[in-house]
Amino acid sequence: MELILECLFNGVAIGSVLLVAALGLAIVFGLMGVINLAHGELMMLGAYSTYVTQLIFKLPALKPFYNAYVIVALVVAFIVSAVVGILLERSVIRRLYGSPLETLLATWGVSLILQQFVRSVPLAYGAGLVLSLLVGFISPFLLPQKLLEGSRGRLVRAASWAFSALVGVLGAGGLGSLVSRLGRASARNVDVTAPSWMRGGIDLWGVTFPIPRLVIIVITFIAVLGITWFLNRSVWGMRIRAVTQNRSMSDCLGISTERVDVLTFGIGSGLAGVAGVAVSLLGSVGPNVGASYIVGCFMVVVLGGVGNLLGTVLASFSIGIMTDLIGAGRLLSIWPDMPTPLASAVDFFATTSMARVLVFALIVVFLQFRPAGLFPQKGRMVEA
Amino acid sequence: MSLSRRLFLGLTSVVLGASVTACSGGDQATGCADCDAEVTVGILHSLSGTMAISESTLVDTEKMAIDEINAAGGIEVGGKSYEIKYIVEDGASDWPTFAEKSKKLIDQDKVPVVFGGWTSASRKAMLPVYESKDAFLYYPIQYEAQECSNNIFYTGATPNQQSEPATEFMFKRSPAAGKPFFLVGSDYVFPRTSNTITKEQVKALGGTVVGEDYLPLGNTEVAPIISKIKKALPSGGVIINTLNGDQNVAFFKQIQDAGITPSKGYFVMSYSIAEEEISTIGPEFLAGHYGAWNYMMSINTRASKKFARDFKNKYGNDRVVADPQESAYNMVYLWKAAVEKAGTFEDNAVREALVGIKFEAPQGPVEVMPNHHLSQTVRIGEITSNGQFKIVESTDGPVLPQAWNQFEPSSKGYACDWTDSRKGEKYRL
Repeated sequence: MELILECLFNGVAIGSVLLVAALGLAIVFGLMGVINLAHGELMMLGAYSTYVTQLIFKLPALKPFYNAYVIVALVVAFIVSAVVGILLERSVIRRLYGSPLETLLATWGVSLILQQFVRSVPLAYGAGLVLSLLVGFISPFLLPQKLLEGSRGRLVRAASWAFSALVGVLGAGGLGSLVSRLGRASARNVDVTAPSWMRGGIDLWGVTFPIPRLVIIVITFIAVLGITWFLNRSVWGMRIRAVTQNRSMSDCLGISTERVDVLTFGIGSGLAGVAGVAVSLLGSVGPNVGASYIVGCFMVVVLGGVGNLLGTVLASFSIGIMTDLIGAGRLLSIWPDMPTPLASAVDFFATTSMARVLVFALIVVFLQFRPAGLFPQKGRMVEA
Repeated sequence: MSLSRRLFLGLTSVVLGASVTACSGGDQATGCADCDAEVTVGILHSLSGTMAISESTLVDTEKMAIDEINAAGGIEVGGKSYEIKYIVEDGASDWPTFAEKSKKLIDQDKVPVVFGGWTSASRKAMLPVYESKDAFLYYPIQYEAQECSNNIFYTGATPNQQSEPATEFMFKRSPAAGKPFFLVGSDYVFPRTSNTITKEQVKALGGTVVGEDYLPLGNTEVAPIISKIKKALPSGGVIINTLNGDQNVAFFKQIQDAGITPSKGYFVMSYSIAEEEISTIGPEFLAGHYGAWNYMMSINTRASKKFARDFKNKYGNDRVVADPQESAYNMVYLWKAAVEKAGTFEDNAVREALVGIKFEAPQGPVEVMPNHHLSQTVRIGEITSNGQFKIVESTDGPVLPQAWNQFEPSSKGYACDWTDSRKGEKYRL
């Protein structure tokens, strides 16, 4: 009983990290058909946002609220990654819709640029850049529409960008001087320390449940619920699904497909940021943190069936449970007197590296029989 | 105006603003005013990629040593004093690049010596280059040994100067003395070789190794390893850790949450965690666990304190010094001493002069041995909550290096001696 509970919990814990990381990709790759290799780097930005938020909450004025910084970090990370994702969509990916190979290469390039960016640019400037982009994106919606029309419009827009650049520079300067550590570039990995209530574990029924893992499971659960609600119940969610199913028909019916693309990509990227918060609770935060998750993310989405959220959920939990089952050698504890040759085979695969190999091999075999994943998309395919 | 044009405008203004404020500082090499001539040496470490974090600290330390030598009048050769200049090349965390840049430094820049490398993989890639060109590489990192090149000079610890005393300490005198061992490492050459040695040694000591596991490089999912440790060591024990870089952060954060802590009888001995890593991982996760090195920042001697103080003065008060840096610092001084003893920069004369050179290093006295390794003092430290080591044990004096391991069956009974032409790389004792 203990064994099953522990195995189940570990599986769900590993799976929920995969799931939260793959959720954004399930939207970007699954719904839009965009192969975004910079997804991992959007996660990395989320992880760095957590780090920056943590440092800001260490300032004397915010110290009393330190315990709650993770919740703020979730919002900050979502916004930061979404803004960068939207910039990426507007500047690069939009021009490459329909050419997957070029998208793949371009986004890989972007991922390298982002990695080097956090290595060589002080985080305060990065934060300032995101801040000015955010203000720049939002200001056209806040200004009265009248101002933006006609010949004056250009000037107003230029002025609003100049204003947002100023906000960014001030923000960067302020942040850099308030928290000196953010004012210097550093290629060093940084550390996100969970507040004290999030450390340690709960012992229940002979099994230890580490609290950060529980927090990640909760974050994942909320993210999945939220995104399901958004896609199925909200107006924009329905528009997204409509564009996914038939772009030209949706266009004819008056849906602004371009806005839908921006929104979808923004949400997908924002979820990557949320995943970054989750990942930062487990390990260290560094330029390469995203790269180690990206392959796993694609595997989950493909296994689950492209374009299907339920598939993504089931795929990540099954990969999680399998990893634990094989990697921790559980089969031996479940069936202690199995025949020796079988036992030695199980023992051989009972290391983390071999478990990874075996899980990937099993997925490859599975995809031979079900090339479209667990839940193949029925009907019209997403246009490539 | 399209959105992208506007974006571009916004971007440039921010970047401009940033670059204006970013323009300050930079390296200022202290020259040698009275020197008659110059000599240029090569420095080859990763300044980009995964290893940049660790290797850039070595570049900083080597520059510091060179500046110190220059300030003190440079190198004296044949009545002339030479100022040391350096060319820094980037190995880019990519092993073939290390070989390529080595060729460039030797053939094009004609440097008499290259200080470089960190990972064993980079050293293995460079080794054929130096052997074929009969050039000389100084390599500063503690490593798995089982190698002894005539063209490489190793200033880091061999296993018998780090892991072997550490294993013995854990088995005999640590709070977990006599308890079983579990070995955890990253999946590449150093941890696997090191763990083979540890397994043989634990067996020889009469202890048991109840399990081992390797994490693929770049993977930070340690949950299965944690369940295996809890199953294999239900009532505490020793965990020997050879994980690499950021995998340590995931490991230490998660074992603490899972209740694998010193207060519950689990003690981790790490071979790749020095002061620099402690500050990255966070001392709150590491306090009470152990590490083993030749140099620790907390060594309470004048030389050690001066080394730490000089480094902080040069690079900032929040910086720390650690064993690999001390090793890199020593090798510059040892090269200087060898050149001055030989009276020339010529490779073979320097190589012969090098053996037997003694140096008062920050860790204490070190001496170059005939197998091109250093005799060094070994220290075991308990990590404290302020991010330093509390030295709990240190050897009486320097320990002689063994290039060929004496616990590993394939190399048992062999040694290396380059001063005797009949012995060379590997001879039977």
